[in-house]
Amino acid sequence: MALKFEVLGRFNRARAAQLTLPHYLCQTPLFMPVGTQGTIKGLTKNQLEEIGCQIILGNTYHLALRPTSELIDELGGLHKFMNWPRALLTDSGGFQMVSLLHLADITEKGVTFQSPVDGKPMLLTPEESIQIQNRIGADIIMALDDVVRTTITGPRIEEAMYRTLRWIDRCIAAHKRPNEQNLFGIVQGGLDPVLRDICVRGLVERNLPGYAIGGLAGGEDKDSFWRVVAQCTAALPEDKPRYVMGVGYPLDIVVCSALGADMYDCVYPTRTARFGTALVPEGVLKLKHQAMANDIRPIDPMCECMVCKNYTRAYIHCLVTKDAMGSQLLSYHNLYYMMKLSRDLHSSIVEGRFPEFVCKFLQTMFPKGDVPEWVCNAMEVAGIDISSCCHEMKV
Amino acid sequence: MKFAVNKGWSNGRARSGVLQLGSCPFPIQTPALLLTTRKGLPAFISPDLLTSSLPSPDSHLLQFSPLHFLEGISPKTISNIGGLHQMLSLHQHIFAAVPRDSIIALPEHDSTNKYGASFQTPGGRLLIKPAEYVELVSSMKPDFWVTLADEVPAWVSDKRNRTSVDRTLRWLDDCLSLNKTGTTIFGSIVGGSSIEERHRCAQEVAQRNVSGYWIGGFGLGESMDERAALLTAVTDNLPEDMPRHVSGLGLPEEVLQGVAAGIDLFDSTYVYHLTLGGFALTFPLERNKGDNADYQLSDSGGDDMKINLKATIYRKDTSPIVESCNCFTCQNHTKAYLNHLFNVHEMLAQTLLEIHNTHQYLGFFCSIRKAIEEGKFEQFRRNFVESRRECLFAAASSD
Repeated sequence: MALKFEVLGRFNRARAAQLTLPHYLCQTPLFMPVGTQGTIKGLTKNQLEEIGCQIILGNTYHLALRPTSELIDELGGLHKFMNWPRALLTDSGGFQMVSLLHLADITEKGVTFQSPVDGKPMLLTPEESIQIQNRIGADIIMALDDVVRTTITGPRIEEAMYRTLRWIDRCIAAHKRPNEQNLFGIVQGGLDPVLRDICVRGLVERNLPGYAIGGLAGGEDKDSFWRVVAQCTAALPEDKPRYVMGVGYPLDIVVCSALGADMYDCVYPTRTARFGTALVPEGVLKLKHQAMANDIRPIDPMCECMVCKNYTRAYIHCLVTKDAMGSQLLSYHNLYYMMKLSRDLHSSIVEGRFPEFVCKFLQTMFPKGDVPEWVCNAMEVAGIDISSCCHEMKV
Repeated sequence: MKFAVNKGWSNGRARSGVLQLGSCPFPIQTPALLLTTRKGLPAFISPDLLTSSLPSPDSHLLQFSPLHFLEGISPKTISNIGGLHQMLSLHQHIFAAVPRDSIIALPEHDSTNKYGASFQTPGGRLLIKPAEYVELVSSMKPDFWVTLADEVPAWVSDKRNRTSVDRTLRWLDDCLSLNKTGTTIFGSIVGGSSIEERHRCAQEVAQRNVSGYWIGGFGLGESMDERAALLTAVTDNLPEDMPRHVSGLGLPEEVLQGVAAGIDLFDSTYVYHLTLGGFALTFPLERNKGDNADYQLSDSGGDDMKINLKATIYRKDTSPIVESCNCFTCQNHTKAYLNHLFNVHEMLAQTLLEIHNTHQYLGFFCSIRKAIEEGKFEQFRRNFVESRRECLFAAASSD
């Protein structure tokens, strides 16, 4: 184990903690931006530090293709290659393969697919995934899991869950650097509580440094989504970090944090920036809209980031979709927003004002009180009273 | 605006000077480079990096085309925001407005007519009239702006060329009379590849009440050899103590040619094009004859002045682009990382490279100024051009 997880404050299920990793001392809840190919679209490492990024995610699949994990290893690991002084996390490569390559197939051996470079059949085994991640050198590495979309039903989900448990043992056996890199297991099981429970217990038996909740953020309805998160966070050990993969929207992060999750990753903030959309407390702001052309306010008057302190919506409007600078500035703002959200979640829990924070967050996002039902239900389970911002509940 | 030529060194027509303009608290030494921008900001360097990662005050001179703003934001909104400096939040930078920017606002002499100048932009062809131009510029309040010109390439007929000079002079007078804001204006000088027309235009503009001169119509198809005489045909007719700005002389050799003719300010797309192509400038900023570092030629497309970061030889190269370079990129990143970024088409590649290339090119201008101040400009220029010829000859004959 190469991490320390110390809970500093709680509110019911929500917790704020200090996560000590080999390269950085982090504060949870935290959001991890995705730096797919060893960089986050157009932002320098100094800018990322300024924004407050703590852990960055690298995609094993992409990095293994280019520049290859052997090259990264030869040059001293991904931290050195990117010159990123803080923490890194790599995924297993499995998800990308299944979602990017339509000819991927999963067997007991591993994930078979066609190499995108030359079409040759290739196999990613749990052993190979861990070896690649060992070479890349991230602080946290993910087990290769058999991930199935939650929109699928039937025996495939059960098969995938049991296979994930068998593969975790192979991952553990293949892991050559347990004192420098933390191997997280991933809970699968679709939307079936029985399967999820079996998976959680199986992973917890292996006493891993941390656990992820996988197989979500793939199109399932929100009601099912929060229930799976709630079930898993209730069953996973208190003293280890919990990472909900692929989440996401600010609202989802607030709900999951209320339910007891600690870490999140998603391409959404940077991807939506490239389409001209900014994240704001009220939701989103589409800078492409004609209405923005004469709006001389900043994107978010309350935001302290470099973009909001210096630029107007009108100027950004004339940049977006036409000049690379537009997406750079929006990516900067959106990531700043996500890291500020992370900081606010952490400090409001530590300072004992988490329910107030949640209410204010919901009021700003749903000024008419039309908080979605799934959020209300989740908050009830989380033990947070949001009646003051929920129109239905008032009635 | 204040401009003064430093006297006392004999360098032929080449001169060094000092420019002081409103927004920037530091004086700018000339000959100087104006950085090319899109809508006021560099193509890839975000504004916080512009101020933190590039040398000051050299990097404070920015050139932009008002035409960039014709779509997407109205002059009224720009006025409401408070002008260009406020809109871009670059209060200590100097903005020069030049309609032509050689990348996305190219003069279209076929469509230019007596009413206005035509430009080819990504949004289509635009015709801009003096009144519109002055209105646009007034809302932006740049530190100085050049009057609307009819630029023609080298191969047009004499008649067309004469017309371009007549129009440019007329539009100059229009701009002067329409200008209500008392901003600093540079008079535009054209004349194509005719020595007589260049004379005529320069003499006429020199009589107008302007603060400096912008020389257009270069970089549009004339050869470097014919250009020298055309440049001096202009500069010899201009008062010595007023600044001269030229567009279209982008390459180092062209800049040297411009300096030799007495030009003080240059805007250049060299850095932009190099960056897009993945080329990093490596020329030694101190030019010593025996100082040529090892360079890999021909196969990788580099030479003694630049390297092609996309080449596979750099895949595992953990050294910075230039060991002695102080720029952010060289202080923080390796050729291997840049090679990877270019190969996977990541935006950060261009950001890091534009920072480095701008830093290097500003350094080149610094060397020019130093050579002038030491009275050694002609020698500097000769050495530079000769060593380039040697290198290219060696590359060609090594196959």
